[in-house]
Parts: sequence; structure tokens; C-alpha cells
Amino acid sequence: MNSLILSTGARFLVALFLVFSVYVLLRGHNAPGGGFIGGLIAACGFAIHAFASGVAEARRALRVDPRSIGTWGLICALIAGLMAGPLGAAPFQGIWAEIAGYKISSVLLFDIGVYLAVIGGVLTLIFALEDLGEEVG
Amino acid sequence: MPSDHSAPGASRVWGYAAALISLGLAIAVAMQAQAVLGGEVLLASWAWAPSLGISLGFMLDGLSLIFALLITGIGALIFLYATGYMGDHPQFGRFVLFLFLFMLSMLGLVLARDLITLFVFWELTSVTSYLLIGFNNDQPKARRNALQALLVTGGGGLALLAGFILIGMAAGSHDLAQILASGGLQDHPLYLPILGLVLLGAFTKSAQFPFHFWLPNAMAAPTPVSAYLHSATMVKAGVYLLARLHPTLGDTAAWSGTLTAAGLLTAVMASVFALRQSDLKQALAYTTLMALGTITLFLAGGSPYALTAAITFLIVHSLYKAALFMVVGAIDHATGTREVAHLGGLRRAMPLTALAAALAAASMAGLPPMLGWIGKELLYAGAGTLPVPGLVTAGVLLANALMFAVAGIVALRPFWGQPIAPPHPPHEVGWQMLAGPLLLGVLGLGCGLAAGLLQPFVSVAVTISLDQPHAADLHLWAGLNLPFALSLATFALGTLICLARDTLRRAIAAGLARLPGFDPGWDRFLDGFRAFALWQSRLIQTGRLSHYLTATFVTLALTLGVTLILKRPVIAIALSASPLLWLIAGFTLAGAVLALVPGSRIANIAGIGTVGIGVALIFILFGAPDVATTQLMVETLSAVLFGIAMLRLPGIIERRSPRKQLLHAGIALAVGLCVTLTILAIVSHPLDRHITRFFEEGSYAQAHGLNIVNVILVDFRAFDTFGELTVVLLAAIGAYALLKRKAAGGRE
Repeated sequence: MNSLILSTGARFLVALFLVFSVYVLLRGHNAPGGGFIGGLIAACGFAIHAFASGVAEARRALRVDPRSIGTWGLICALIAGLMAGPLGAAPFQGIWAEIAGYKISSVLLFDIGVYLAVIGGVLTLIFALEDLGEEVG
Repeated sequence: MPSDHSAPGASRVWGYAAALISLGLAIAVAMQAQAVLGGEVLLASWAWAPSLGISLGFMLDGLSLIFALLITGIGALIFLYATGYMGDHPQFGRFVLFLFLFMLSMLGLVLARDLITLFVFWELTSVTSYLLIGFNNDQPKARRNALQALLVTGGGGLALLAGFILIGMAAGSHDLAQILASGGLQDHPLYLPILGLVLLGAFTKSAQFPFHFWLPNAMAAPTPVSAYLHSATMVKAGVYLLARLHPTLGDTAAWSGTLTAAGLLTAVMASVFALRQSDLKQALAYTTLMALGTITLFLAGGSPYALTAAITFLIVHSLYKAALFMVVGAIDHATGTREVAHLGGLRRAMPLTALAAALAAASMAGLPPMLGWIGKELLYAGAGTLPVPGLVTAGVLLANALMFAVAGIVALRPFWGQPIAPPHPPHEVGWQMLAGPLLLGVLGLGCGLAAGLLQPFVSVAVTISLDQPHAADLHLWAGLNLPFALSLATFALGTLICLARDTLRRAIAAGLARLPGFDPGWDRFLDGFRAFALWQSRLIQTGRLSHYLTATFVTLALTLGVTLILKRPVIAIALSASPLLWLIAGFTLAGAVLALVPGSRIANIAGIGTVGIGVALIFILFGAPDVATTQLMVETLSAVLFGIAMLRLPGIIERRSPRKQLLHAGIALAVGLCVTLTILAIVSHPLDRHITRFFEEGSYAQAHGLNIVNVILVDFRAFDTFGELTVVLLAAIGAYALLKRKAAGGRE
């Protein structure tokens, strides 16, 4: 797609989408949001980038293969789930700790895993479809 | 694991390591022998699936002890032998791994205390033996025979699982120790189904007629595998199970009738077939069948004599058969052939192999003072206590005489016959390949001379299998009695058969040519099964998306519609709604109409997107911002994906016939109607809020979060979410692979 308005606007939009997605991810535990929504927002951002500048450019901007991102997300979620084991809790039970007034938990790691897995899954699909389109079309 | 690039023979170290570990295991088992022979049972158990009453349990008693010692002891010798036999094979490391896994599975099988544990190890032996039989996987025959063994024993394994579940239901426990202690199941209404299923498992594993055909084919495996799996261990698993469950299922007409018939038929048929073989390894394979048949036959009985004979013969057979297989492998290794007609006079070139062969063959032929002689005497003593003693004694006599003849042909002729020049000039094999057969041969002699040493082992195994104390009596010289006379008759008949072997062979070959073979039958069965699978796949999987969607939506409409008609729920329709809601409804409806208008695909996709946004607006209106945002994002991404995929398709080539269009419209209307009515029926009921209340109360108190939706996703139901993530990623990677393949195909 060759649209000057889209490709110019996309640069701002992608940045905005990504920042917003992280914000949504982090606030998710107490306010509307969370890893799933955040992941979808980030994926939308990269999808816009892919439309505006082409898949190759979007892949470059992402730096990492989306399949790896998804796999790392799954690994994060798994680690978060298994963390409970050595501490004597049931698998996937939330583990909480407080450091310097900030509450941190395995739940957050799990949510980050969800975030990454969703980005990876959606972008794998979109990029592959776009690749196919560019090759065939 | 060593790679294929390492120097040939570099992986020998794995063979030695495995041999040492096996030896260590054997010593560890032997150290418990004192206690076990004193009647103690060592138990260990870990909870596995407590809600199902299944545990990972092990026990070592007198019966397990014999098997465990044979498995680990012979295993150590086999690993040593294999290192000499094929240590420079490029994939020897892989071979050792498979064989070692097999040994552990087999050990787990005989030590299992829980029926489900036993079954798992049972299946593991099937799988590992599949890998071992098909080890030379560049040969189509090896692959085919490995698959045959897997399907036959695996099929039997499924029957066995069903049988074990029934035993668990009937006895109220999967714990063997408890099942054995709770008395038999012979009077239980489920007895016959249990017996049938368990026997199916045992007979397929131990290659009893009519499932015998896979065992000779399994000789496609490298010789160390045959020596281990098909003499001492895997095929004995079925026999072990029968001996183990004898107190629980034995001593009925059904038990003894089936075992007698299958065992006797297998034993006699196999020994006749064995005489016909000209390949040494094939001949040994059939004598293994004979031995398995004999053991099964003697497990049919309920008398101490029969069981003593079965257990003793089992030990005798494991010792001499493993040795003979190793000898045949050594001959093959040294001369390049296993054909009996091309071999003779090897004793000069291979004196130590010849000695091992002579010792093992003497035990197989049942000559005094070998352990085989004692085994044979016990068989004749036990035969009288079996059902139809006359027929059984005659059958055992014939089988033993044929065994005597085969021992002479297989083990003596290649060494002592007329010297014949084999393909390679023969040479003596290395110490690794000599240690096993020599040691086992000497053991056969030693246990014969000092039978008292073996006596406590047999006694305690018989006691367990019989469920009553019995002191076995093993003697070289039991006096001038009927067994002694029968032994002499065996030797005479065996010598006659040996002298007339060529005539007999021709007669057997002519007779067999007229019988239908099991192996071609197996191939026909498999071909038919494949054709059936293909036919039903073509029927169900048309490969057209419109067919799948039609099936899905018709099913949905039917199930909902039938339920609605049967249940006749109360449907209250309230038309009062806020103007804003009416506006959104109109917007959504407009989207739906747009999706249907033919002509422009992009307009249709936009229409579907509009419907989704309308739904998201409704979510916002009812205070579910999380769901609304998700819905909005998902709709956006689906429109994007849809757009990429659909807009690149060629224009619609196929114009659907009006009849088909009408059908599709009908299905769409039916689904819409049924779903609408169902939702109306659901919202007409007052909402049950107790689950909502649980999450509202627990969200902050238990999970430290205020956003209930997120807390449910990442905490309360985190395991579900994890499963969903896996599915999402797998689906994406699967689609990626398909698209990439299509792209690659398009370029070609």
C-alpha cells in the first residue's frame, strides 16, 4: 500500500499503540486492561506498521521473529505458573512479594507472558498472510 | 549422545557403560535376594493420580526377583556382546539408548505393584521393541516387521488395559499386593471378560497361537536384540503376567482350557516349524515360540508340579536361548552367513564359541547333567497333573524330541559337521562376544550340578504363583520313574528325527504349502484396514470449507432447535429499551445487511466489522469495558486478517445454483432463529449471581486485584489461560507453516 498520509501517520500511531499497550498491560490488575488486551493493542500497532511500510520493514522494527516472541511468552507464563512449586503452593497459584513498597507477583509475570504470546501469535499470522500476498500478488 | 560424525567405534564406551550399569542393577537386585527368599516383599509406592486410586508403585517378591535378575544379568551380558557385535555401527549410541530404555521398561514391568504402572511399562516395552526391531530402518522388511510387532502387541496391550480396569473395578483396587491378598476373582460376574482381555494381552506379548506370527518376523532386529528381547525378556512378559495373576484368575475350567489349548498348539506347531528352518536365527525363533508355548501350557495347571516345571523351564530357557542367539550372531559375524547348509567344521577356527554352543545346546536338548535335563524331567512330572494328561504328555514328548533335534542341527552341525568354506574365512570373535554365551552356558551346567542353589528361587516363585507354600524339589537324579523313561524316549525320538531330517523337512514344507499362511493374512488385513480408513476419510473430509460450515451450522441449529422444542422454555420479550440502545441495534443491523450485499468484498468485511463494533458498544453500555476493548481489538484484527486473505483471492468463479443459495439462506435463518430464541430464553431467567459474588468477594482478598476479569484470567483460572495461550500460538505456527508451504509451492 502506498499512502503518504498512512505511512507518516503510522510512525506516530505505532509508538502510541505500543506505549498504550504497555500501560494497559500494567494497570490491568486493578483497572480495565491486562495482558490479553495489551497484546492485541500492540499487535494492532505492528499491523498498521506492516500496512504502511511493508512486512519487511515491520519485521525489522520488531527485531525478533514473532514466533520467538510467542514462545517466550509461553515460557514466561509457564515459569510464572511453576514458580509456585518450590514454594509449596499449587501450580499456577499467585505468589506475591513486596519490595520497597511495590507489590510484585508471579501473576504479573504471567500477564506479561500472555501479552507476549498474544503479540507473537497474532503477528505470526498477519506477517505470514502479508508475505503470501506480496509473493502471489 | 554421540553424533554420527564421531569416529567409528567411539560410541563403544556407551555399550560398556550400559553393561556396567546393568551389572550394578543386577547386584542391587541380588542384594535383596536374601530377604525376598525369606518370604519378604519389598514395597514402594508414590501417589500418582490419587483421585483415581492409581499410584506409581513397585514391589519385589520372589516372582519379580527371578525376572529382575534375568533381565539385569542377561542385560549386562547383552550390552557387552552388542559392543563387540556392532560397536562400530555409526548409530551404536542410539542403539544402546533404545536397548537400555527397553531394559528399564522391562524391569519396571516385572517390579510394578500397581496395575496401571504395570500397563505403562508394558506399553513402553512394546514401543522400545518397535524401535529395536526396526533399528535397520533403511530396510523395508525391518520397518514392516517392527510395525507388525507393534500393532500386534500394542493391540493386545489395549485389551490388557481394559482387563486391568475391569480387575480394578472387581477387586476395588489397582494395587497388586491388595488384589492378590483379597482372594481370587473367579466367582466375580466380570470374571470371563477379565480373563479374555488379560489373556489377549498376555498371548499377543508372548506370541501364543494365533498371535505367534510376529515373533519370527521380529528376527529382522540385530542379533543382540533377538538374544535379549526374544529369548529372555520381552516375550516373557506375557508369561510373567500369567504367573502373577494365577492366584487371582487361575484354577478355573476357562483358564486351564484356554492356556492348555493355546500353549500345546503353539509348542507343537513351533517345534515342527523350527525343524523346517534353514536359517539358524529363524530356527531359534521358532524354538522360542515352543518354549513360550510350553511355559503357558504348564501355567494352565493348578498343581505345584506344573508350576515348578513352568518356572524352572523359564529359567532354563532364558539361559540357553540367550546364549544360543549370541552364538548364532557370532557365527554370522565371523562367517557372513546363518544358512545351516553353508556352515560346518567351525570348531577349529572358533573353539570357544563352539564350547559355548555345546554347553547351551546340551541344556536345550535336555542332556544330563545340565539344568535343561532337570527342566525336562520336571516337565514330564508336571504333565501328568495337567488337564488331558495323555495328550499333553504326548505333545510335550514330541516338542522335546524336536527340540533335541533342532539343538543338534543349530548348535552342533555348524561346528562339528563336515568343514564347508563359508563366505568369509572364519575367525574367533572378541572377548565381549564370548563372555555372554560362555557364562550362560557354564551357568546352565553349574545350576544343573548344584540344583540346590536354584531351589529356593523356584520355591518362592511357585509359592507366590500358587498362593500356597511349596518347597520345590530340583534333583539331577530323581530315580527310575516315568519322567526318566520319557526322557530316554525323547532322546531316541530326537535322534531319529535328526537322522531323518531331510525327509521330514520336505514333508513339512509340502504340508505347510497347502495351509493358508498367517503372514499374508496379516498383510491382507492391514491393506483392507487402510482402504477402509481412506474411504471414510474421503467421505468425511471433503476438503471444502463450505461443506464443513454447512455441517457445523446444521448441527448447531438442530441441537438448539430440538432442545428448544423439547424444553419449551419461557421466553419473555421486553421491548422497552433506551433510545441509545435502539440506535446501536440499528447500527449493528445495518452492518449485518451490508455483510450480505453481494458485489464488493471489502464492503462485506466492513459490514462484519460493523456488527462487531456494535456488539462492543453494547458491552460498554452495560459496564464491561474490558470485554468491550477486547472485542474492539479482536474485531479490528479479524477485519485486517480477513481483508488480507479475502482481497487477494481471485474473484468468485463459482456461481452457486439458486437451490444451493436457498439452502444456505435457510440454514442461516434457522441458526439465527435458534440462537436468538436461546438467548432470549436465557435472559428470561433471573441471573444466578453466586459465581459473580464469589469472584467479587475473592478478587481482592485472595488475589490482590480489583479488576475481576483480569484476576480470573491470570490467577483464578491461570491454568486454563495457559492452555489457551498454547492453542493460540500453535494455531498461529500451524497456519504459518501452511502458508509458507503454499508460498513455496507457488514459486515452484
